[in-house]
This record gives sequence, structure tokens and C-alpha cells, in this order.
Amino acid sequence: MKRWHVLAWMLVIAVAWLPLPAGAQMLINGAGATFPYPIYSKWFEAYIQVDPEVRFNYQSIGSGGGIRQISERTVDFGASDGPMTDDQLKKAPGELFHIPTVLGAVVATYNLPGNPQLSFTGDVLADIFLGKITKWNDARIKALNPSTSLPDQPIVVVHRSDGSGTTYIWVDYLCKISPEWEQNVGRGTSVKWPVGLGGKGNEGVAGQVKNAPGSLGYVELAYAITNKLPAAKVRNQAGKFIEPTIESTTAAAAGAASSMPADFRVSLTNAAGAEAYPIASFTWLLVYKDQTNEAKGQNLVKFLWWAIHDGQKHPAALLYAPLPAPVVKEIEAKIKQITFSGRPLLAAH
Amino acid sequence: MAGESTAGTGTADRLSLPPRAIGGSRAGRGDRVYTAVLLSSVSLVLLLAAGLVVALVRESWDAIRTFGFRFLVTSHWDPVAGEFGALPFVYGTLLSSLLALLIAVPLSLGAAIFLAELAPSWIRPPIAFLIEMLAAVPSVVYGLWGIFVLVPWLRDWVQPALGRTLGFLPLFQGPPYGIGMLAAGIILSIMIMPFITSVSREVLLAVPGSQREAARGLGATRWETTRIAVLRYGRSGLIGAFLLGLGRALGETMAVTMVIGNRPEIAASLFAPGYTMASVLANEFTEATSDLYVSALVEIGLLLLLVTVVVNGFAKLLVWSVGGPVRGTRE
Repeated sequence: MKRWHVLAWMLVIAVAWLPLPAGAQMLINGAGATFPYPIYSKWFEAYIQVDPEVRFNYQSIGSGGGIRQISERTVDFGASDGPMTDDQLKKAPGELFHIPTVLGAVVATYNLPGNPQLSFTGDVLADIFLGKITKWNDARIKALNPSTSLPDQPIVVVHRSDGSGTTYIWVDYLCKISPEWEQNVGRGTSVKWPVGLGGKGNEGVAGQVKNAPGSLGYVELAYAITNKLPAAKVRNQAGKFIEPTIESTTAAAAGAASSMPADFRVSLTNAAGAEAYPIASFTWLLVYKDQTNEAKGQNLVKFLWWAIHDGQKHPAALLYAPLPAPVVKEIEAKIKQITFSGRPLLAAH
Repeated sequence: MAGESTAGTGTADRLSLPPRAIGGSRAGRGDRVYTAVLLSSVSLVLLLAAGLVVALVRESWDAIRTFGFRFLVTSHWDPVAGEFGALPFVYGTLLSSLLALLIAVPLSLGAAIFLAELAPSWIRPPIAFLIEMLAAVPSVVYGLWGIFVLVPWLRDWVQPALGRTLGFLPLFQGPPYGIGMLAAGIILSIMIMPFITSVSREVLLAVPGSQREAARGLGATRWETTRIAVLRYGRSGLIGAFLLGLGRALGETMAVTMVIGNRPEIAASLFAPGYTMASVLANEFTEATSDLYVSALVEIGLLLLLVTVVVNGFAKLLVWSVGGPVRGTRE
């Protein structure tokens, strides 16, 4: 019996010590894409310095889940690596804004003896992934890499097996370059791959590429940089072969700034601009134009404003590309349109 | 075991008696509460199972209505076009599990016989402990080991050798990627071996010593004793052990996903990549955006449940047909 008493007292004391949920603190819930999760959690942590009253709870359940949850209003904001379709927007109970936050890029990585720096064009990549180019010493690859000795070896194509924003960006690029790809495969977070092996996650693809000589796969730029994987240069719209870097990724958004649609649902693959890396994309936060909770809405727009300004110094360290200045200007206008019962939530700026 | 079984029969007897007979109304009420509590836990389990099926059917109704029976017999899986057919996943799940069973059963049975019948007694506990340790390794660790050790070994040594010697069989044709159905089967077999071994060992240990003595008395050799007196006596328990392993293999997700190659195609060759039901769920559920796509994935979940139930039902039948539910495992 005594032991029970001791246990009970311990419980009472433990509960008494728990930090009381402060009445003033506000919790903003979000869910969605896994790709920007590291930068978002960095932001949420840094934002405590800006406004200690606001806490964020972000679940990185994937873009699909993020779109579903914001459409059902079970979270205050969603996050997605691919823009929502017209159909999905129509089904949502209110008008949803896409707010670009950072940029990511996808690189072609490979395993060849000595790992030379390779260059590709989009149509060669598309034909490799369509299974039409099957050998490394194919004339078209040779023509792009005249000084490299390419082995007479089959190309083992490796792709993501899990549905992912990375895949979306990759196939979106192939769609733009190759009509045949668009016709037969199309774009999506998972597609019906004509050839190749599937690896789970960036690490799954990289693991297979590293292990199998003669393989070619695609991974996120950040993953390729941290793991020192070889990354191919790709020819952009302007005809230049561009190395994938943080700067060339931001350049892709800058190149598209002048032609940016008002809702930011834009694909940045094969973007204009002499220095633009062609396989890049925004990642978005999804928020309702009309907020249903004034205090929450206010804090949310304040955070968004902070994220596209002061917050933009954080991405580079985590190997995401920051937004270019002209795009930030356009997003500002968008954030100012967010309202609560008709009144804009962002006061003076 | 013995204690449990007497407790079981005790309850049954007590329930059939009038409350007075076992000591006053207080005990009677206590018994009623006891029965009610147990009944409610049983019904909770049943309700959960029923709720699971209902939820799966409701969520997959979209796909069931759209594709009907076609879902089971076509092998197009194209999320972009909204075409979904589950056959390659069902095939991959069954084939990889069967392959795992084919590899694991002889090895596990051998280990179990050694541990129960032949090994000197001082060596038994450490070996049994090590084998059971294997069961505690997380499946993602098996997957990593698969990618970095097993797959290169298969690609550089085993598959070229198999291709040279048995290449005339369609089973062993095609380019040796390392990754594929064979790798998945081997990983699974390693993962289910500890289960099969330790349960089989318990079954063999439960065979009464008099069985062995009788066989020895008739002049049987060690192998004959094991075969006639021990294995035959414990066969229903042993089959139960194999099916426990099979059940685990059917549902295993992570390690298989990492080595099977994730390609929804039905290929004759074991070298070719494949896909399983559990893997496609793990891979595609998080990023599935269209309603039909999600619905099709849920239907795969339903299908996996059905396959597991059918296999387990078949297993129970098998155990029952080879000689009663308790015969092999009785102490």
C-alpha cells in the first residue's frame, strides 16, 4: 500500500512541475511537404525570438497529406512541393493562396569510373528515362561529353519509389522537354516509370546509385551536396550548361519573375535566364485568403511576412535556395490580400 | 502452459455453476463483473477488427466502384492517368513470402532440431538467445544491410553464377541488378528465421521424452528417432511455426521496400525487380493527392488484409487436418 502512496505523490509532484500552458501563447498548426521540413523547423525555432507568444506545430506528412488537411481545415496552413490542381482548389471550402517560401533543385547523379563531370540535355535525360538510350557510350551522350571516356555499359536507371515532390520536379522537367514523355508518362508525385529500379527516399536512390556501377538517378540538390555525389550539368533554355548550385537555383526563379502568374502556381523547370538551372521548383505554404480566426490569422501573416524577408537568410545554410528579390516583392502583395471578414490582416508595412 | 490451461478450465467450470455454490452473493457479483470485463475486452477486439474492415471498405469504395474486379486482374499502375491494377503487388507479396518460406523453413527446422535434440546442453541457451536476438533487429536495419551488403554480393557473385549454371531456367535470366525479388526473398527469410526457429524448438521440446525412448527402444537411429517420433508428433505445431513466419513475411514492409526494386511488373525471373502490397502503401500513400489514387491505395490495404486472412485460414485448416489443434504443442 505504501508504495502506491509514494507513486501517487510522485505523480502529483510531476504534474505540478509541468509548465502550465500559457494562456497567451498561440499554437499554429501546419502539415505537409517533407522536403522543406528542415528549413521550416529552423524558421519556427528562429521565430520564437521574433514573437515568443507564437508556437508552430508542423507535421511533415507529405504534400498530399498537407493538401488534404488544409482542404478539410484541420490545420491552419498546409505545405506542398507541387502546386494544387484546379480541381483540388475548387473542392477546398475557401480560396487558397500559394505562398512560395524557398526553392529546391533536383540533380542527375551517376556512378561511372572516376565520376567525371557529365553534361546532359533535357531530351537525352528524357530518352534515358524512357529507355530509348540504354548505353553509356551512346552517340548522343558522347556528343555532349566529347572529352570523357564513356564505358560500353548499360545505364541502370534509378528513380524514387515513394511519391515525392522531388519526382514531381524531375518529371515536370522531362514533360516540358519531351512531348513523348508528356504523352506516355506525364507528371505527378508518382508515375509509371518506363524503365528502372525504385529506391525509397533520396537515400534509397543514392544508395543504389553508389552501389551499382553504370547507374543514373536523381536526388535533391541539398542531398547531393551534403553527400558529395556527382551532379551533372544540364543545358538550360538559354543553351548554357549549368551546374546545379544554390545560386543557379535562385536564378531560375529570378528568370521566371517577370512572367510569374498571380497565384504563384508556376513550374520553374526549364526557366528562362542565362544562369538558371533548369530543374528547380518553389515549395509552397498553403493558406486561406479568408482567415476564420482573427488572432491566428494575424500571427500567421506576420510569420509569412517574416519568412519571406528576414527568414530568407536561413535557407542557404541548409542548402535551400532563397527567393530572389523581385519574387519577394510579388509575394508581399499576395500576403497583404489575406483577410479576416473582409479586412486585411497585415496592417502597416 | 500447464498453469494457464487449468486456470482456463477453472473459469469455464465456475461460470457454469450457480453463484451460491462458490461462496455467497459477494463472490457471485464479483464473478459477474469479472465476466463482464472479460466479455467487453473480447467484444472490443472484435469491434476493432470489424471497424477496421468497415473503414477500409468505405475508404476504398471509390476504387472498388470504379475498377471492380478489374483491380485484381490488371497490372497497370499509373497514378498520372488514374489507372490502377493490383495484380503485380499481390503477386510480389505472395512470391517474396513464398521464397522466404522456401529458404527459411529448412534452415530453421535444422537449427531447431539441433537445439532441441542434438546440441550439448551448455551450448543451447547462448545459441537460442542469439537466434532470438535476430528477431529484435529493426527491419530498417535489415534493409540497410540488404542494400549495402546483400545486394552487391548478389549482383557480383550469386546472380552471375546462377545465370551461368541455371540460366536455362526463366527464373534465373536477365541482367543481375542485385536488387529484386531474390534479394527481397532472402532478406525476408533471414527476418522470419528466428521466429520459425524458436517456435519450432519449443514445439520439439514439448514432445514427450517417452516418444524418443520408444523409438530408440525399437532400434531407431538418431535421425530416425527425430523423423518418426519427434517431427511427426509435433507436425501441427511445426506447421503453425512456419505459418507464423509466413504471416510476418506477408506484412513486412521496410526491408522489402529497400531491396525489391519497387517495379509493379510481373516477371518470371527472380532477378527482376518487383513490388509488394505493403511496399506500395508505404511508398505512395503520403504523396497521393487525387481521391481515386488514395482510394486505390486503401483498397490495396484491404486486399493485404484479405490475403493475410485467407492465408491464415488456410493455415488453420492445414494444422487441423494434420492432427488436431493441441496434439503437437501439448506439454
